[in-house]
Amino acid sequence: MVRGKRRKHLDGDKMFLAVCYVFLVGMLAITFYPLYFVVIASVSDPAKVSAGAVTFWPVGINLAGYKAVWEDSRIVRSFLNSVVYTATGTAVNLLLTVPAAYALSRPDLRGRKFFMIYFMIPMFVSGGMIPTYFVVRQLRLLNSMWSLILPVGVSVYNLIIARTFFASTLGKELLDAARMDGCSNTRFLLWIGLPLSKAIIAILVLYYGVSHWNSYFTAMLYISDAKKFPFQLVLRELLSQSQQVTGVMQDQAQLLYRQQLSELMKYALIIISSLPVLG
Amino acid sequence: MRINKNAKKKRNLWKGNYDLYLFLLPAVIVIFLFSYLPVYGILLAFKEYSVSKGILGSAWVGGKHFMRFFSSTYFPLLMRNTLMLSLYSLAVGFPFPILLALLLNSIRAKRFKKTVQLVTYAPNFISTVVMCGMILLFLSPRAGMLNKILEAFGRESVNFMAKASYFPHIYVWTGVWQNAGWNSVIYFAALSGISPELHEAAMIDGASRYRRILHIDLPGILPTAVVLLILNMGNLMSVGYEKVYLLQNNTNIATSEVIATYVYKMGIVNNDISFSTAVGLFNSLVNLILLVTVNWVSGKVSENSLW
Repeated sequence: MVRGKRRKHLDGDKMFLAVCYVFLVGMLAITFYPLYFVVIASVSDPAKVSAGAVTFWPVGINLAGYKAVWEDSRIVRSFLNSVVYTATGTAVNLLLTVPAAYALSRPDLRGRKFFMIYFMIPMFVSGGMIPTYFVVRQLRLLNSMWSLILPVGVSVYNLIIARTFFASTLGKELLDAARMDGCSNTRFLLWIGLPLSKAIIAILVLYYGVSHWNSYFTAMLYISDAKKFPFQLVLRELLSQSQQVTGVMQDQAQLLYRQQLSELMKYALIIISSLPVLG
Repeated sequence: MRINKNAKKKRNLWKGNYDLYLFLLPAVIVIFLFSYLPVYGILLAFKEYSVSKGILGSAWVGGKHFMRFFSSTYFPLLMRNTLMLSLYSLAVGFPFPILLALLLNSIRAKRFKKTVQLVTYAPNFISTVVMCGMILLFLSPRAGMLNKILEAFGRESVNFMAKASYFPHIYVWTGVWQNAGWNSVIYFAALSGISPELHEAAMIDGASRYRRILHIDLPGILPTAVVLLILNMGNLMSVGYEKVYLLQNNTNIATSEVIATYVYKMGIVNNDISFSTAVGLFNSLVNLILLVTVNWVSGKVSENSLW
């Protein structure tokens, strides 16, 4: 009797597991295939891609897309800009976030509650796009790298993550022991706290770095000098540019080829822009 | 005597801790400049901004800009589109990560599990620009992959981006594609906090996998889900305008213009500063009211709330 009941449940479990696997395999395929397709399309013959002949592996290996990207000085320059912005921005983020998060993690900090509320309020109340633009303009940051870095200098979300980490890792005993030896807060954080917090530093670098690398809207708002454009902004123009080539009287075949090349370039650009983040 | 001692101790701590305030100072300044100072710019919404007079010197006009917005033909359209996109996103995008986490949690094959996690996390790190580029490439009427598939089945190719009725579906489902995996991480964390003893006890009682999910896992992640739902409600009016803006074109604008993109166009592009500040303020106010209301209701009903 009991055995029979058990058996029935096991059958039910098998059914359930089967449904589970079907769903998960479906998710896996749907997520993976578009990513994979971009990779193979970027190294295939553009005519074959346009004709829909590329499905599971690259057809007629062709690096013309990457070559075209490499030869476009605008792309190269903006890529380098983005590297500088991301590196500087992330460094500033860490300098602002880590000490503040550590201070907030200390239960003996007087006014801790006040500071927490002070940092939390902007999560729910903000001036909005236009007033923030005014502040950036008033501070004479328009068209400078700092307009992309300072307004997003502290992410309250990341601040809270770091604070929680410090509160659980750098316990009171550790601090007391260091204090006995006459260690100041600054020295404690620099020489004892940070070496113990590599994990959270890595997470912060990842979160902040990715958001700097990927952001385009702030640059669209604050940067008007094309020489200072970050990569994503140039990418935006290239990826959404219409497929018409505006040359005069080009012959049909060449026109078609240029169209296909520009498609191929898009695949290559997607790969190049995502490598620093996914790699 | 004892009180005195305590006071002294406190003072000593205060004395030794002045550097903690120096740690806080830079972050406090940055937040003040870029989060608090702009709030003062909200004044603009009630004034007629003129460049020569500055924010303080410009003339007060009261609720004029709000009235203009509410009575404009755009108002119902913007409200409808904004709510449509955000509610649709919430309805699909909110349960999906929960489903993914629950199903993935109930299978045992470790390597398969890891693979699914790794692959579904990846799209989260793709930038909005690249994401939209991919959408445009895949949906392109001439050479897009989706149309090639349609053609293979003998159907005519469709210009997806040019049809206003498709826009919400494209926006929402590509959002699920990009974010469902990463958003499930937090539910995994909550699931790993559930004691295995509960499952063992249920298994001895002969509970099936399905029933265990329903009666153990789901209640276990409910508090997390409620808090996330409240936070999402507080952001209801600020749909991912960066993505909407990139996917917009003249042919789908009827369903793709939302409040935030309108603010950008009126304020930065058309330079109608006061009006667009008013529209933005209206948007944030609705958000704030929604957040407080939902939080209050949830506190009453389920005892889960943010504060």
